[in-house]
Amino acid sequence: MINLTINGIKVSVPEGTTILEAAKKANIHIPTLCYLDLHDIKMVNRTASCRVCVVEVEGRRNLAPACATEASEGMVVKTDSIRAIKARRTVVELLLSDHPTDCLVCEKNTQCQLQQLAADLGIRNIRYKGKMSTYPKDLSSESIYRNLDKCIMCRRCETMCNEVQTCNVYSAVDRGFETVVSPAFGLPMIDTQCTFCGQCVAVCPTAALTQISHVSKVWEALSDPDKYVIVQTAPAIRVALGEKFGMEAGSIVTGKMVAALKRLGFKKVFDTDFAADVTILEEAHEFIDRLQNGGRLPILTSCCPSWVKFIEHQFPDLLDIPSTCKSPHIMFGTIAKTYLADKMGINPEKIVVVSIMPCLAKKYEVIRPELKHEGLKNVDLVITTRELADMIKEAGIDFKSLCDEDFDDPLGESTGASVIFGTTGGVIEAALRTAYEWLTNKTLEDVEFQSVRGLDGLKEATININGQDIRIGVAHGLGNARKLLEAIQRGESQYHAIEIMACPGGCIDGGGQPYHFGNLDIVKKRMEALYTEDRNKKIRKSHENPAVKKLYEEYIGEVGGEKAHELLHTHYTKREKI
Amino acid sequence: MPNYRMNLLVCGGTGCKASGSSEVVEVFEKEIEKAGLKNEIQVIVTGCFGFCEKGPIVKVTPDNVFYVEVNPEKAVRIINEHIIKGRIVEEYLYKEPVTKEALPEQSDMPFYKKQIRIALRNCGFIDPENIYEYIAVDGYQALGKVLSEMTPEEVIEEVKKSGLRGRGGGGFSTGLKWEMTKKSKSNQKYVICNADEGDPGAFMDRSILEGDPHTVLEAMAICGYCIGANKGYIYIRAEYPLAIQRLRIAIKQAYELGLLGSNILGSNFSFDIDLKYGAGAFICGEETALINSIEGGRGEPTVKPPFPAQKGLWKKPTNINNVETFANICPIILKGADWFNSIGTEKSKGTKVFALAGKINNVGLVEVPMGLTLREIIYDLGGGIKGGKKFKAVQTGGPSGGCIPKEHLDTPIDYDNLTKIGSMMGSGGMIVMDEDDCMVNIAKFYLEFTCDESCGRCTPCRVGNMRMLEILKEITEGRGTMEHLEELKELGQIIKDTALCGLGQTSPNPVLSTMNFFWDEYVAHVKDKTCPAGVCTALLKYYILPEKCVGCTACAKVCPTNAISGEVRKTHVIDREKCIKCGACMATCRFNAITRR
Repeated sequence: MINLTINGIKVSVPEGTTILEAAKKANIHIPTLCYLDLHDIKMVNRTASCRVCVVEVEGRRNLAPACATEASEGMVVKTDSIRAIKARRTVVELLLSDHPTDCLVCEKNTQCQLQQLAADLGIRNIRYKGKMSTYPKDLSSESIYRNLDKCIMCRRCETMCNEVQTCNVYSAVDRGFETVVSPAFGLPMIDTQCTFCGQCVAVCPTAALTQISHVSKVWEALSDPDKYVIVQTAPAIRVALGEKFGMEAGSIVTGKMVAALKRLGFKKVFDTDFAADVTILEEAHEFIDRLQNGGRLPILTSCCPSWVKFIEHQFPDLLDIPSTCKSPHIMFGTIAKTYLADKMGINPEKIVVVSIMPCLAKKYEVIRPELKHEGLKNVDLVITTRELADMIKEAGIDFKSLCDEDFDDPLGESTGASVIFGTTGGVIEAALRTAYEWLTNKTLEDVEFQSVRGLDGLKEATININGQDIRIGVAHGLGNARKLLEAIQRGESQYHAIEIMACPGGCIDGGGQPYHFGNLDIVKKRMEALYTEDRNKKIRKSHENPAVKKLYEEYIGEVGGEKAHELLHTHYTKREKI
Repeated sequence: MPNYRMNLLVCGGTGCKASGSSEVVEVFEKEIEKAGLKNEIQVIVTGCFGFCEKGPIVKVTPDNVFYVEVNPEKAVRIINEHIIKGRIVEEYLYKEPVTKEALPEQSDMPFYKKQIRIALRNCGFIDPENIYEYIAVDGYQALGKVLSEMTPEEVIEEVKKSGLRGRGGGGFSTGLKWEMTKKSKSNQKYVICNADEGDPGAFMDRSILEGDPHTVLEAMAICGYCIGANKGYIYIRAEYPLAIQRLRIAIKQAYELGLLGSNILGSNFSFDIDLKYGAGAFICGEETALINSIEGGRGEPTVKPPFPAQKGLWKKPTNINNVETFANICPIILKGADWFNSIGTEKSKGTKVFALAGKINNVGLVEVPMGLTLREIIYDLGGGIKGGKKFKAVQTGGPSGGCIPKEHLDTPIDYDNLTKIGSMMGSGGMIVMDEDDCMVNIAKFYLEFTCDESCGRCTPCRVGNMRMLEILKEITEGRGTMEHLEELKELGQIIKDTALCGLGQTSPNPVLSTMNFFWDEYVAHVKDKTCPAGVCTALLKYYILPEKCVGCTACAKVCPTNAISGEVRKTHVIDREKCIKCGACMATCRFNAITRR
């Protein structure tokens, strides 16, 4: 153990502990900005570039960044000396001197860590004035809005994109005051290999990276008397939306969410979970077909559009291994504009399908040209959990006091299997519940596959089905996915089926979820809530969903049949690395 | 094999080449051929002699005659007179500035008198493109001695005992650095030579690499032997094409003779050297940024610790020394630590190479023992201030250093003394300023350099330096206030205190040291809105002196904005609203009737 003194308080910490961590142990708060430790997914941004956390260390010539300086035996640290305080204030003032002060109308207003820091330090005046950074705004992608005027060079996005997601879209370019984080050659995002996972947005402390909002388009559609606007909500929304209204992380707000959506004026409120059950049927069928008929294995799940774009750019030679299933919300859109339109006698051209998603990639996904049916986009608009919360607030709805309401029929019925789609491991667990019963014709008593749950980056499970060991792999975070894909490329993969989610933790920690700024306990609570929701469901296997059964009986016919392929499956495109 | 009776050493350094030494070589060769002396007289292109001010330099040996400012015409005469007839051409010799006496021998010239050349010992003496010339002056002897007679520990002990400190700027003990890297456990270690010389006006490393590349290769191999590395990189900026070319030749020759590569000199020690080219970013001279650059990443520093000695290139223990540091190693091994540490001051041993530039008579490269005073360097070696003007300050340490005023001219130069007076040794740039230099403007110049060269990673350097520069602009353009001066001081201190790397932590030094020593000049800019040195254009005002103006109208005619009016034969006046301070009137006036203040 290392013994040191911080502000006169003696602290003992293990070797390798930073001053920042040691101070936390002594209940001393040292302000930080660029620093971000996402311990559970093994990401640490320790660029020590903002210099906000500087502290005085006795015997040292200059101030030390607490986030990146290891504690050493006998160290005497002062975090609150006039020298440290003055330096810290000056550094923040310098940052503010090159930062727009349009906080009132900023996308990150009240959510901005720079704003919070300025408030915490009581900064009332910016002594320094001068040149401001100005860059063209990048709105090219439908997903990620880059406003680099607000970039403070913390480099969190770079660490996330390059080290965790291994997409290598961002790097610092130029020098001196002009230095900024940018894709290669200053390309617009849509022309890069960005997968729009939105994890950069999730970690950006300011509004340099945010989503491209579609809220106003949704309001317009809702007010158009010629449109029939329906909405679907992804599984991960119901366990995160409450946070935006001051509720405890992990609160399950399904009923309130449905009520709020109805009040907002959506004609029907449906559940993407319904389509997730459909996905399981199609995917399980495809898996069994490949397993029994010598098709290529492993099969890879395809419900994450970010992950799909990743394989298209990074492994274009492997495009025959993902399942051809569309993602659940796209399946939903297709079903809504065909089956539902038929059933309700509505012209599909009048139907506007809005998806509430935890995800930014889905904003991009809906503009993919192949995701259309008879000239109509499968899904019209995508808004995130954050955007939905904004709409509810704007509409003056007191969310917390809403009484629970139920999803509408027929596309509102779902099983426990589809609810857990929202977390890493969930899709494959749901698929196993169905595939097992289909392959064995036996009832699966214990439906919970614990080994594919949790936040480990790579998980695996082996299930004996009919005497054959079926090996399952699960990866979340694209860096982990890359490892599995490289093994497949080398011919070393032993798996039969692999689930991949682009975002660490899965959709519960998607790029469109309420910001948690590194507090992964929030993500764990959301995960636990989804499993609770699963346990609370009467039906926990997708193939037992009565509404889904009806859909096949009335409209689609065979699982994996011709109509199913026409409506529910898709294809992939080779893309370049850039 | 020809048995030459005479050698013509012609400087082939970048400076002399620029003033035409290649043509001189051609003429020599043609004339020698014509005279049928091809087997008697040899022309050798050498590295830099240091006396760039008087280039191209030609030295005749064994007569030991030193010709300056040689051109093709003079070359013809040198052949005809000196080589053929044996008569020294006196008028081409260096003249003592005061007595005007012609000095044939290098050692008599004031420029060389106080020099002790260790790092530069072979520059201007051997042909850098011929390994045998290097071997003839004890080249690769030190490596041989180390491999056959000494353990790595003994070598490190010797280097430690010599007191050699890093010549790149920081001044860290070289022996300790080697020892630290040796102690780091790893299956792979590296030696890096930092040849990313970037201080404005500094060219010591370039001259060493151009004039004596093998000494660096040999020292790197010795270092590799000591720390347990078998791979070395020389990180050199691509703007040094001649140095690169000579290094390439030297590396090839060393491999051919088995002085690099596997089992050097029959020992178990193997060592390879590769060149890595930098794109000229100043920050890549910082060791962690340099390592990032070699790895193919963005050249920006990372937090230390871990130091490169613990985790360097490819996360392996790495020893980085600068060119001049390496150039001192072989003499230390051959002559011993005691010889080396008998030169210099108590805490700074040996010599230091300085690049003299600015308003000084003898621009060039000098190598002097530590402890010589600034006055000796500037006046004795440097020949004093150009045009007989008054000395104002000398800038040392480049953008990280400071400006030293005349009160400190008698300070003996070493690492600690320079730091004490608010500057630093740096890599050895020495820019002399005279009364015509505005110190506020000089500070602004260096800060502009830092702002351009900052990697932009940390807030104080990226934004702070820009804000300081903006304040300096306000001051030099007449909008400065006394509060600005306080702000500058405070911000400068905080940047020093908070920046991430050595560049940022020292970037305010030029401003702070000029504020310290030339406070009155700052105040004059702010309070009186004048620039005492007459440099800051925005503050200048042009006046017509009534007692001198004859009313010739010449100034009025040349003024591009019609700011001057007056009747013929009557005193003219300048309308300051219209005046754009171009100075055309002053240049035109034949009666010295126009002045500016």
